[in-house]
Amino acid sequence: MDQQWDLTGWLLALGQTLALMALAPLYAGWIKWVKCHLQNRRAPSIFQPYRGLNKLFHKRPILAENASVIFRMAPYILLGAMLLAASAVPFVTTHLPTTAVVDMIVLVGYFALAKFFLVLAGMDVGTSFGGMGSSREANFSAFAEPAMLLVVFTLAMVASSTNLSIVMQALQETGLVLRPSLAFILAALLMVGLAENGRIPVDNPATHLELTMIHEAMILEYSGRYLAMVEWAAQVKLMLYGVLIVNIFFPFDLAADLTAPALLLALGSVLIKLAFMGAGLAVVETGLAKMRLFRVPTFLILAFMLAFMGMFSHILLEVA
Amino acid sequence: MPEGLLISVWFTLGAAFSAIVLPHRWIRYTTPTLLALAGISVTLTVLPWLTGTPSHSWESAFGLPWLKWQFRLDALSALFSLIIGVLVVLIAPYIPAYLRHDGHGKSQRPLLAFTSTFILGMFWVTWANDAFSFMIAWELMSVSSFFLVCHHHEDSANRRAGFLYMLMAHVGAIAILLSFAVFAAHAHSFTFDAARELTLSPGWATLAFALALLGFGMKAGLIPVHVWLPEAHPVAPSFVSALMSGVMLKVAVYGFLRVALDLSGEVYTGWGVTVMLIGAVTALYGILHATVQSEIKRLLAYSSIENIGIIFFAIGMALIFLANGHTLYASLAFVAALAHAVNHALYKSLMFLAAGAVIQMSRQSNIERMGGLLRLMPFTGAFFLLGTLAITALPPLNGFVSEWLTLQAALQSIHLESGILRSIVPLAAALIILTSAISIVAFTKLFGIAFLGRPRHRQTRRSKPAPVPMVVSFSLITLACLIIGVQPQYLIGLLTEVPGQLFNGGLPEINRHGWLWITPVSSAVASYSAPLVFTGISLSVFIWWCVYQWLKRHHGEAAHPRVPAWGCGFGGETARTQYSGYAFSMPLQRILQGLWVENDTLTEEPSPHEGLLPVRKQFQSGTQDRIWFWLYLPVAQMVNRGARLVSRMQTGRVRHYLAYSFFTLVVLLWINSGI
Repeated sequence: MDQQWDLTGWLLALGQTLALMALAPLYAGWIKWVKCHLQNRRAPSIFQPYRGLNKLFHKRPILAENASVIFRMAPYILLGAMLLAASAVPFVTTHLPTTAVVDMIVLVGYFALAKFFLVLAGMDVGTSFGGMGSSREANFSAFAEPAMLLVVFTLAMVASSTNLSIVMQALQETGLVLRPSLAFILAALLMVGLAENGRIPVDNPATHLELTMIHEAMILEYSGRYLAMVEWAAQVKLMLYGVLIVNIFFPFDLAADLTAPALLLALGSVLIKLAFMGAGLAVVETGLAKMRLFRVPTFLILAFMLAFMGMFSHILLEVA
Repeated sequence: MPEGLLISVWFTLGAAFSAIVLPHRWIRYTTPTLLALAGISVTLTVLPWLTGTPSHSWESAFGLPWLKWQFRLDALSALFSLIIGVLVVLIAPYIPAYLRHDGHGKSQRPLLAFTSTFILGMFWVTWANDAFSFMIAWELMSVSSFFLVCHHHEDSANRRAGFLYMLMAHVGAIAILLSFAVFAAHAHSFTFDAARELTLSPGWATLAFALALLGFGMKAGLIPVHVWLPEAHPVAPSFVSALMSGVMLKVAVYGFLRVALDLSGEVYTGWGVTVMLIGAVTALYGILHATVQSEIKRLLAYSSIENIGIIFFAIGMALIFLANGHTLYASLAFVAALAHAVNHALYKSLMFLAAGAVIQMSRQSNIERMGGLLRLMPFTGAFFLLGTLAITALPPLNGFVSEWLTLQAALQSIHLESGILRSIVPLAAALIILTSAISIVAFTKLFGIAFLGRPRHRQTRRSKPAPVPMVVSFSLITLACLIIGVQPQYLIGLLTEVPGQLFNGGLPEINRHGWLWITPVSSAVASYSAPLVFTGISLSVFIWWCVYQWLKRHHGEAAHPRVPAWGCGFGGETARTQYSGYAFSMPLQRILQGLWVENDTLTEEPSPHEGLLPVRKQFQSGTQDRIWFWLYLPVAQMVNRGARLVSRMQTGRVRHYLAYSFFTLVVLLWINSGI
């Protein structure tokens, strides 16, 4: 805890927060680009999301008649929570002081906080679409969030710590040993990631049909910069899930010391891993169809059970 | 007897007396004032016991000839007296404002007098040091609260709730009495001091423990003995619901801790496992039922069951760790349980009080008829939202702190030697995790349907803001929640005194790294910095707000234009087309079908002309506890059948009754002489 006060670490945390926030639209653009190519469509530039955000930030928002202060507050809280989460997920180095402030449980808490306000914002306008989206989001994440927390539990047991940096260091030290627990929770985390970010097969981010929407129905009434903030927050969240998955399960090249070559190597490596991960997501989204709405809980309960089995296989097989 | 406690007893008695004798228009001010003074004097008196004062016992002049009432103040009783005292002070400003709008010409004397004796009973329970005075205090608390539940006895549903409460309170009291009897039979004395000296054989100790779990669990609302709670809490006046849910349930937790950790001396792993599993199942069951409720106070009552479950889950873990010799982890789990008890006392009182304000102002108790209240009652809405954040355990409020500690304690189960225990603790923890995720559904439903959207009923549309004293009460409680959420170190510091006195436990590492950090085991295992998280959240929201202001100035724009919401181009959206609370929790109800007994009825009035659509359609929905059908109705039938058998004895002839008395007497004499 004494090294918490070194300035380099905090500057690094600030830098990686800004980098993650800045790269998130690019990542969304990359996924879209790959997906378009896979589907034999002409792809927009991978910088298109920046243009979209820029356009929205310059538009004047329009509010629904009934929107209250919650509706206007929600995007700020959403983006604020994502900003904080971005500061606490090791991106290029495990030498990050913020992970002591925000351990993995708090990180899940941030995601929950953001979701809480988004759900309320969906109900605020008083239309059936908003309520429908909120209801679906709240009910489905009631199963996704526990799966996520069980993944956290398993990792915490593997590394005897809930500090994300220490977890990654511990996994880095053991190397790429095949552990059944990690395999299970990787599968669980991938499924939770799909659900929490509203991707196919759980939700379709590109849908225009209100009745099938989950995430989009909640934000139907947002426009202008509010919409920009909500979309940007969603992009950051997707990026964060990507970083979490690649840095926990494939933690090679994460910089242990703060030298420029090590950091650059780590940055390059994590970007390549993320690019593969994004391409994988595009493949999944191309290959699968969206599920029927009431199949989603089954999907999430499966994720929960996988995480649970991960935890159990750790307890039963790996604890001497 | 410490003077402060004596003063507080006089204050509560004075409060009860003044409620009876003073003019009716004064009493709603005098009684709460006196109660608040009592609360303040208890709070100030007991604080030293949470900072290291050794336990202090005294004997009162009252009592039986051979057993004067014994009292004792140690860290455990000080903590629970503190909870009662602080909450009484925080709730007091609410009472006069509430009573102004309550009752319509009905006398408020009994309500206020019984509130005073209720509070006196709760204080007394925490100080009692012998079974006899404990039971008197316990009964004072139960019976007073029965009269409070029955305050609006004009309604037959309220009388039924009151009867159920009375019945179960007394079955519970018998169990507690029997549990004390086990100790008393072996110690040949009713004092707790004698029970502490004693080492019972595992069988007897387990019997005493099981009876205590049943008795105190009945009061606390553990399943399956919880059914009185969702009936009784909603029908009481709101400040009484706050006291019952926020405070009285904690007194039951206190009683359980007193027996399980203090009197019984040794603890066993099996006890811990039982308590932990019952706690986890109670939590999940409570929140699942809360989610499908539409009466605002019923939802809150079920959520109390959930929170009590979480507290007992943590207590169970503490017992497991303690039985296996891990004092440090036992202290962590125990502190988590106590922290959750304190936090729940605060935010649940806040929510019941705010719910009372909402019900009074909107004249509705069903959220399906509310809506848009945030705009009509902005302060109540804002504080209710903060309470919601606390209860759903979101950072940076206090609910998150105790949740975090509980999960940290569960993670330490990896250090247990037995493989079965190592896997059963995380299993129960998974249920708790599921519970806390589902609580987000329940409370977004509650807040979203009641406070957001448009008013669904014309009376709701005329709701006025809550009076200032009520808002003062909300803001004080919210402030306490926020302080604990942002600076949990101080509370945890006070709480560690309790395991310290009970089993020489403690958390030596918790504040090691200064006031910014809490590190329950060591900084490598887990750390959390609530002040930094709070600063971070405030700062990041502030940054975005600055961006917003900058944009606003940059573009020099006016207020955002308001347009009708999107209705697929059809328009015609009214308050009736909003999503309902029933629909909101429907997915969960469909996913976990069969957990509830669903009573959905659709009545149609057919059109007089054949082949046309019905004239009227009415849809009613509701859910019932399945346990009611599994457990209570069969038991009630059995009691009825037994009563019918016994009634054959009732011949109506005096000589038969005299014969019964005679033979009973003979048998009793024979038994007595035999022993």
